[in-house]
Amino acid sequence: MADASLPIGSLDLTPEALAEGTFREYLHGWVTTVDHKRLGILYVLYALFFLVVGGAEAMIIRVQLMYPDNHFVSPEVYNRMFTMHGTTMVFLMGMPLLFGFANYLVPLMIGARDMAFPRLNALSFWLTAFGGILLYYSFIGGFGLYGQGSAPDVGWFEYAPLTTRTYSQGHAVDFWALSLFVTGWGTLGAAINIITTTISMRCKGMTMMRIPLFCWLLLCTSALTLVAITPLTAAQVMLELDRYLGAHFFDTQAGGSALIWAHFFWIFGHPEVYILVLPAFGVANEIIPVFSRKPAFGYTAMVAASVGIVFISLGVWAHHMFTVGMTSAANAFFTLSTMIIAVPTGIKVFNWIATMWGGKLRFATPMLFAATFVVHFLLSGLTGIMLSASPWDWQLHNSYFVIAHFHYVLVGAIVFSMLAGIYYWFPKVTGRLMDEKLGKWHFWLFLIGFHLTFDFLHVPGILGMPRWVYTYEASRGWASWNMIASVGGFIQFLASGIFVWNLLYSGLHGAEAGPDPWDAWTLEWATSSPPPEYNFAVEPVVASRRPLWDLKHPSDTDTQYE
Amino acid sequence: MAIPVVAQHLEEPGHLPNKGKVGMICLIIGESAIFSIFVLAYLFYIGKSQWGPQPKEVLEVPILNTVCLLSSSLTIWLSERAIEHNLLMTFTAWLGVTIALGSIFLVGTGWEWYKLIYHDGLALQTNLFGTTFYSLVGLHASHVIIGLIMLITLWLFAMTGHVSGKNSERIQTLALYWHFVDAVWVVVFAVVYVIGR
Repeated sequence: MADASLPIGSLDLTPEALAEGTFREYLHGWVTTVDHKRLGILYVLYALFFLVVGGAEAMIIRVQLMYPDNHFVSPEVYNRMFTMHGTTMVFLMGMPLLFGFANYLVPLMIGARDMAFPRLNALSFWLTAFGGILLYYSFIGGFGLYGQGSAPDVGWFEYAPLTTRTYSQGHAVDFWALSLFVTGWGTLGAAINIITTTISMRCKGMTMMRIPLFCWLLLCTSALTLVAITPLTAAQVMLELDRYLGAHFFDTQAGGSALIWAHFFWIFGHPEVYILVLPAFGVANEIIPVFSRKPAFGYTAMVAASVGIVFISLGVWAHHMFTVGMTSAANAFFTLSTMIIAVPTGIKVFNWIATMWGGKLRFATPMLFAATFVVHFLLSGLTGIMLSASPWDWQLHNSYFVIAHFHYVLVGAIVFSMLAGIYYWFPKVTGRLMDEKLGKWHFWLFLIGFHLTFDFLHVPGILGMPRWVYTYEASRGWASWNMIASVGGFIQFLASGIFVWNLLYSGLHGAEAGPDPWDAWTLEWATSSPPPEYNFAVEPVVASRRPLWDLKHPSDTDTQYE
Repeated sequence: MAIPVVAQHLEEPGHLPNKGKVGMICLIIGESAIFSIFVLAYLFYIGKSQWGPQPKEVLEVPILNTVCLLSSSLTIWLSERAIEHNLLMTFTAWLGVTIALGSIFLVGTGWEWYKLIYHDGLALQTNLFGTTFYSLVGLHASHVIIGLIMLITLWLFAMTGHVSGKNSERIQTLALYWHFVDAVWVVVFAVVYVIGR
């Protein structure tokens, strides 16, 4: 029987046939699955695994920089750590996490049975997984014929000419290029799948202006992925042609240009930031209205701002390269285009605040993370505006000020928002609520650790500490700032430990969540938790942006106002 | 038990676009970005080769190749139209002509490369011209090869009677890829043989 408290007809509580199989069959089921929900879970678990690995690398960096003249690790290992930390967090943690969310949620939110191309979906995941394994195999396989090299060690953007055979013997650079080439195709497949699903798989009544904002943001991210990941793929092909077939793309001695690598990399690299942050916006767009008990303020403006960001973000890449000596016209162009991006993002921040304004706020853990995300995103946006002014950037380029700025975006905004998303949708995925008390501990410790690390890292940057330095002298006056940052780093690591424990504990012993624990409004809450393999027993039909609101309040439906 | 949500003013979302076509268009957008990077590299390095053969001395404009490849877009369109009207013989015939035209293009490219490598001494590692020329034209040729493999597979299916009018939309999706390969050639031709020569 359907649950009477949940009037949606698509809820089907037919008990699943008890599938008692051997462990081998269970494992086989997960490996060969083409179900979007299982692949979504695999993506997220894969991303969380690499969050721990990349986090451990960050800890090694922080221990090394804790004291002046420290020799906790050798300079060679230190170089590998910061290169692998960056590469891991962007390609193996950030993107798989967002595609995991997309995989799990987009079909549910638009009332579809599965993604548009389920087998392509599985292929994309396993390509991504293979790329990650290949990258980490470099620790043992990177030595190559020359007996030199190990994991990649020339920074996550692999600037030429450091990547030429002269400076990078062994196979470190090849592992970097080839493994990311592989994950690149996986990413492209996932992006194609998400776009096609959103466009072609919507249920009846789900017009483009009714899909949840999360789906709009993922559509924008995927569109950006199509045109941003592929330039990196092309540049990696050029790099391998240089290294193996003797081509001259980045070979300055044959008239090639090292600078063009930087351009190609940042044509990918800057949109990449938006690829990562747009899903974070999407998560906030779902959580903030539900916990403010108000519909999202300015749906259309949000959509327009997101699409605007996609286009503008393709024209700002050279603000990473102000110090290479471009013409004044180019400097002015990239300064202005970078500043213009503050307009659509400002609209978003305004809309989130307006959604909360006058709402009945419930500060459960998801909302705590989502509200903090807004604050952090605003602050990181402000330092972003500072760095977009080319004279300011000349002063602080590649200093710890830049490190602090982009970690404010990547950790303060994106990780906070994604954690909010995990707390919010965990009950849907597992059928159990996450523990609130552990969640609050996680939130406050992580918040304190985050601010200790990244607020204080701005200072040594202004004092002149460059990124990637192995160590520094005591007389520089950077020591106490670095000590505070390191302590903050350890607190964050501890908080993440609580989070992992909460995931495991609540997954096994958490309180039963029921289909709709947050009294939310989008379609994923209309089916049981966890959803059956077919998602909805009956294809849902929607008439507004908040189908569940309409169901729960038949006398006051949204349809009257849209 | 199942009560779908009832709405007063229910709008039908209309006919949703074919997912194969949407997926293919996405792939084409992504591929276009790959080509643009190689095209940018080619344009950036025009005239920067410090030694070895220059484009002016060795490149000949491949008129026959271009005519063949561009007209194959027309022939595949004719075969698309034929299968839409369930005319299997016409479909198979035009598809065969498309494959033949694509193959002529590939042989022509092979011939051009043979001449460049063995007579003019231009290889990938010779100079920047060689580097950018072989990578851009080679990238395009590899797309022609992939397209030909898919077209030949389709042709074999058609010859063994596995294709009917019901497959029309899938065939149009494949044709979309072939049109893309042809369109890219227009760009490559303009960059390599007109601007760069």
